[in-house]
Amino acid sequence: MFNESLKQLSKRLAKKEISSVELTTEFLERIKKFNPEFNAFITIDEEKTLTQAKQADQKIASGDTGPLTGIPVAQKDIFCAKGWLTTCGSKMLSNFVSPYDAGVIERFDQAGAVNMGKTNMDEFAMGSSNETSFYGPVRNPWDVAAVPGGSSGGSACAVAARMVPAATGTDTGGSIRQPAALCGISGIKPTYGTVSRYGMIAFASSLDQGGPMAKSVEDLAILLNVMTGFDQRDSTSLQREKEDYARDLEKPLSGLRIGLPKEYFAKGMSSDVEKAVEQALDQYRKLGAETVEVTLPNSPLSIPVYYVLAPAEASSNLSRFDGVRYGYRTQIYQDLGDMYRKTRAEGFGVEVKRRILIGTYVLSHGYYDAYYIKAQKLRRLIAQDFKHAFSQCDVIMGPTAPTVAFDLGEKSSDPIQMYLSDIYTSAASLAGLPGMSIPIGFGDKNRPVGLHIIGNYFAEARMLNIAHQYQMATDWHQRMPGI
Amino acid sequence: MIRQISGSMILYYYFNIRLLIHMTLSINDVKQIADLAYIEISEEEANATLNQLSDIFKLIETMQAVDTSQVEPMSHAQDVVQRLRDDAVTESDQRDLCQSIAPQVENGLYLVPKVIE
Repeated sequence: MFNESLKQLSKRLAKKEISSVELTTEFLERIKKFNPEFNAFITIDEEKTLTQAKQADQKIASGDTGPLTGIPVAQKDIFCAKGWLTTCGSKMLSNFVSPYDAGVIERFDQAGAVNMGKTNMDEFAMGSSNETSFYGPVRNPWDVAAVPGGSSGGSACAVAARMVPAATGTDTGGSIRQPAALCGISGIKPTYGTVSRYGMIAFASSLDQGGPMAKSVEDLAILLNVMTGFDQRDSTSLQREKEDYARDLEKPLSGLRIGLPKEYFAKGMSSDVEKAVEQALDQYRKLGAETVEVTLPNSPLSIPVYYVLAPAEASSNLSRFDGVRYGYRTQIYQDLGDMYRKTRAEGFGVEVKRRILIGTYVLSHGYYDAYYIKAQKLRRLIAQDFKHAFSQCDVIMGPTAPTVAFDLGEKSSDPIQMYLSDIYTSAASLAGLPGMSIPIGFGDKNRPVGLHIIGNYFAEARMLNIAHQYQMATDWHQRMPGI
Repeated sequence: MIRQISGSMILYYYFNIRLLIHMTLSINDVKQIADLAYIEISEEEANATLNQLSDIFKLIETMQAVDTSQVEPMSHAQDVVQRLRDDAVTESDQRDLCQSIAPQVENGLYLVPKVIE
């Protein structure tokens, strides 16, 4: 049952073949069995989880059901959930029991979903391997020597190991798509502004965007229908008509024009990833698509631009952690300044401090124009490249990450190598475009490879259609790690 | 108009010269940034940070290769304006709940070290 789709599970619940409590218990058993090895969860609270499952069963009994009623879903520990420890992977919030719910949590609760616990992540979502978490690294279920990717590594691992049917993630420069690729699952970062950021602990506010992670694209569409929608408490939430993201799943792909950016295929991609991507593109040609070469000339600069803008916003957002109103406070201090300095030195990990320092520097007097404004100008050029490319194609495809999952410890002492894991994903984030990753096979050491699909603004339904048709013709998304 | 252009050109050169000077960060720069960010940093940490930040800024410097003099900065992914709402109370009083997770409170107040002598 643990490999079934959300639709199949929902049907079982509706037919009363199984109760939500039984379904939830089965997945809790899998979490208990596998989590000690994989460390995908920071917090598991059986009592809270089963209470929600019982409520879901009451809803089902009264006929008040939707596609997610009674379905177990894990929540990334970046989403504040009332009464739940919400750490964001940091010592700074190691004692933070949230007094309120994030907009996303409210939506899942209203849909009757069951919160299975809070998943591990890179500290404050800063990382591409889950190794910066205060709660220890997550292991890749395909190979315990490998990282799961990050920052939503716990969610990716939990879905890949079938500890949960679905999970949430957040993506600032690739944090949904890269771990989805490295763990062989599906994940989508929708257009900036479609998922509420209220109660989603901020990293870089102009880039942060929540999204679902699941086994299949069909499941992503169901989850996205619940996650998206206007929230007046988020100042950049978009006021749009509610749409059904599953509406186009079954459409044929004949006439589809796939843009292949020559910069993404030029160099940098390892040969095993390239082979899998080429095979996936062949599959798309068989499905009736044609491929055209496009160019994104400024996209190679997306990493330096990202590493100016994201740390700049982070240094501002993370200034709120001062040990006064909530979170960690140092034990011994002399005055207020000393308390701030020690609290932040002890509460933040190495990578978070590094990014705060980069951000503080690029925003400081005398460097603001040379770094911050310069990066904002390049951000516009990167966005314009996409606009031009989308006049020639319907979607853009390429690899999600340059290599398959790397080994734990392989890049943790070299920040730049780590940053380059997001070389293909950060450009779409800067432009605010939707991007997704789907599994397309295996590369070196039998580790998964992901295909990156970038769409135009609000083209999620079309992207899901394109990805779903691939999954109808292949079975990579149904493969499970042999754990 | 001519004066404006030459003024911005001077600024441009000024920044480039400054960049050349500052391309290599000093240990004092790192300490000063840490101070601005309210993060205590040891000598050892400052040294390790210096090397890594220098490498990262070398990567960041590659941005300067592109001429962006005619480009408007893009601060946000969507062109949206700040929404306004009625000036009405939307939050209820949750002081006890919010203070229940504070490091130190007394009589409904957050306690911090004395700031006024």
